[in-house]
Amino acid sequence: MIKFLVYVALVLAAVAVAQIVRVFELASVLKGGKPNDITENDNKMNGRFMMLFMILFYGFCFWQVYEYGDKILPESASDIGLETDWLLWFNMLIISVVFLVTNGLLFYFAYKYYGRDNNRATFYPHNNKLEMIWTVVPAIVLLAIIFLGLKLWNEIVMTPPKSDALVIELYAKQFDWTARYGGKDNTLGTVNYKLITGTNVVGLDSADQKGWDDLIVRNEFHIPKGRQVSFQIRSRDVIHSAYMPHFRQQMNAVPGMVTEMHFVPILTTKEMREKTHNNKFDFILLCNKICGASHYNMQMTIIVDEPADYETWVAKQQAFFAKPVIGMAN
Amino acid sequence: MSMDTHSHSAHHTADHHDDHHHHEESFISKYVFSMDHKMISRQFLVTAVFMAVVAMVMSTLFRLQLAWPDEKFAFVNWMLGDTWGKDGILDPNMYLALVTIHGTIMVFFVLTGGLSGTFANLLIPYQVGARDMASGFLNMLSYWFFLLSSIIMICSLFVEGGPASAGWTIYPPLSALPQAIPGSGMGMTLWLVSMSLFVVSSLLGGLNYIVTIVNLRTKGMSMMRLPLTMWALLITAILGVLSFPVLFSAVLLLLFDRSMGTSFYLSDIHIGGQALEQTGGSPILFQHLFWFLGHPEVYIVLLPALGMASEIISVNSRKPIFGYRAMVVSMLAIGFLSFIVWGHHMFMTGMNPFLGAVFVFTTLLIAIPSAVKAFNYITTLWKGNIRFTPAMLFSIGLVSTFISGGVTGIILADSTLDINIHDTYFVVGHFHIVMGLSAILGMFAGVYHWFPKLFLRMMNKKLGYLHFWLTFICAYGVFFPMHFLGLAGVPRRYYSNTAFPMFDNLVDINVLISIFAIAGAFAQIIFLFNFFYSALRGPKATENPWGSNTLEWTNGVGHIHGNWHGALPEVKRWAYDYSKPGKAEDFVPQTVALEDGELDEGAGVHH
Repeated sequence: MIKFLVYVALVLAAVAVAQIVRVFELASVLKGGKPNDITENDNKMNGRFMMLFMILFYGFCFWQVYEYGDKILPESASDIGLETDWLLWFNMLIISVVFLVTNGLLFYFAYKYYGRDNNRATFYPHNNKLEMIWTVVPAIVLLAIIFLGLKLWNEIVMTPPKSDALVIELYAKQFDWTARYGGKDNTLGTVNYKLITGTNVVGLDSADQKGWDDLIVRNEFHIPKGRQVSFQIRSRDVIHSAYMPHFRQQMNAVPGMVTEMHFVPILTTKEMREKTHNNKFDFILLCNKICGASHYNMQMTIIVDEPADYETWVAKQQAFFAKPVIGMAN
Repeated sequence: MSMDTHSHSAHHTADHHDDHHHHEESFISKYVFSMDHKMISRQFLVTAVFMAVVAMVMSTLFRLQLAWPDEKFAFVNWMLGDTWGKDGILDPNMYLALVTIHGTIMVFFVLTGGLSGTFANLLIPYQVGARDMASGFLNMLSYWFFLLSSIIMICSLFVEGGPASAGWTIYPPLSALPQAIPGSGMGMTLWLVSMSLFVVSSLLGGLNYIVTIVNLRTKGMSMMRLPLTMWALLITAILGVLSFPVLFSAVLLLLFDRSMGTSFYLSDIHIGGQALEQTGGSPILFQHLFWFLGHPEVYIVLLPALGMASEIISVNSRKPIFGYRAMVVSMLAIGFLSFIVWGHHMFMTGMNPFLGAVFVFTTLLIAIPSAVKAFNYITTLWKGNIRFTPAMLFSIGLVSTFISGGVTGIILADSTLDINIHDTYFVVGHFHIVMGLSAILGMFAGVYHWFPKLFLRMMNKKLGYLHFWLTFICAYGVFFPMHFLGLAGVPRRYYSNTAFPMFDNLVDINVLISIFAIAGAFAQIIFLFNFFYSALRGPKATENPWGSNTLEWTNGVGHIHGNWHGALPEVKRWAYDYSKPGKAEDFVPQTVALEDGELDEGAGVHH
């Protein structure tokens, strides 16, 4: 009943507003005006609003940079992050200038040339020289951006990982990650998705001897500082994406394919905790491709150790096939 | 039908009495199964307005969730019921469904079907000087397929398991496997059926638009005398005709994978405790097919808005559009390049990185014609005598968002930088500003500007001003802060960010965004009121209220079957002779003959 009354009230309110608008329009017509003709006053008012908007908008932008500037782009903890961050800020500087100048001109002209009753616009249909300038200048700037970007792309993504890189498989499924280490031979054993069971979560094939020393870890995994890590990324069900914001690295996990990404961690978890003054800080791996209901909580903790600490941690891990199966039930 | 129209108009003289003599037109053939481009245009517009309201309400629901994740909202429960909004808390699956359908409706139903459908239908016959579309029948079918597809999409909201929820890009395997997400059951089937019908609608419309512009231009309307709206709609239609069939094939293969056990997109999948038999397929194939449509689609959405803004900015600056030919060439370049840049959506898919490098190059090239367009708009304002109609305000807003969203595209197109911000809120901010806002502001501009031709009445000016300023402020308030979230690493399509302590200090931004979003949604009520009120009760429009040069303002104040009484108008000059020196008025309609020695600006030759 209350809902019904709310609807009735809304309809009546709309009718009332319509009548009020109607009255204003009729009153204006009676006075000899045309209510919807644009007057010089309208132009002046909106021209001023354009300037006011520009000031508020720029103010809003700068306020956000001031307020959130230190919360974006967490300290980079990888070799590639140092380079890409530099490139990001370089490009950001260029686009900020373009953004401020062109928007500024737009709003300023809108204000400066608001329509006056006894004024006439300047007939100015084209100017080839001017148009050439603003074709060529952006083209040159873009070529520089393309060159710098592709140079780094070549170093980071197109250059394959070093032969001595630590190999770790990241296997994604709804809604968690499993990490697998190659063991003493640093080589991952063959897997087959048809062998997946409640305990053999990656489908490791016992027929392949290279897999006998493979380590499988859940919840968190460790990597050593200063050594290149090559991640072999796979998915069991749908597409996921392995995203590590602190290391500025990301790659999709695609069922039926193995994808790869690599970087060298340059800060340990401990060092990062000191730098951020946050003793609860942890590096994370999170899923960055829509994958289902719990997509928003598909994460794994990454611990970066000093090389010696890493070796100690690895020594404590047991190879998957060496573990008693009962112990794996969780 | 076209023949009928000719003889019909020829029989009667040009008095108003004439309009009452359409005795062969029943209510059904006039308002329902109409083949008249003006009626079809209004049908598209009203349908799109309805769909836009649905998609907007969805966005307020998920914005409530993102800003206040643990809060209980009676509104959420009221909208979604106990299944999806128990105790007023949004269900995570429904969250994904809402973002999926919001995107689908906005991109396809509002900004493709709604925008092109409304304005291509209204403006093409009017601005090229034709009696109607080349085929009124196909045009009618185009609308009815659109309506059917809209109805099916709306129905999909009510099926068990909820509507499609794999994101508007419906990447398989998520969209192929009901085991992966409930929305991939019946909801996804209906999504695929609806989009197939949508493709049919788009092709019927697009072919008609192309044929009409190419073949039915009136005497004297050379290509270089076409208003920029016509160029924009022509290029848009070509893009649609070339790219939508590819979406259709992608959808078809997905249907096979879903129901016939094929493995185009599926391989090595173990889900729900079971290993699937399909092997050898590639989910990446789908992405290639999808984005081969998906990227031109961005320009299918954007170009009509840019074309209309060119027209509106020129008319209301009382100046010719600056660099008409550069504008045409830029649009052609953008249209061509849009077909060879799709891979920039796929830098992180494991696609060969060399291929990625090629796409970086082609993508960044698009910035050049885009920059030319932006500078030309700004120069058109320079030394103008700007009349701020609501349409003009929205057009200037469009230029601003086109710039602001365009520049962040330079960051995303750079594959190296995309690594860290791919699929974060930076992307959400970028494409909402450059594509969503620009296109929707352009659509509003079009509605305000051509309302006299759509509904023969004027919209209320003051409500228009209020609507613009609230919308514009809220729009930037919603989407600008998203760049900061993205740079901090917040992924898109997250139901909440509370699972990650590293995002805790960003809660304020989400609250700020949601407040702007909700305020912006309320501001649209002003528009809806103004729209319906003015369509029914607004003051009657005069023949040429804005002092425009183009042909649609030369055919009186009514809707005439056949568009012009008597002979079709003949075009003598380009569309942009505003404030031309030596002319008494500050506009010279296209039908006025060139004087001896006067420069024919579009073609660049002296008479």
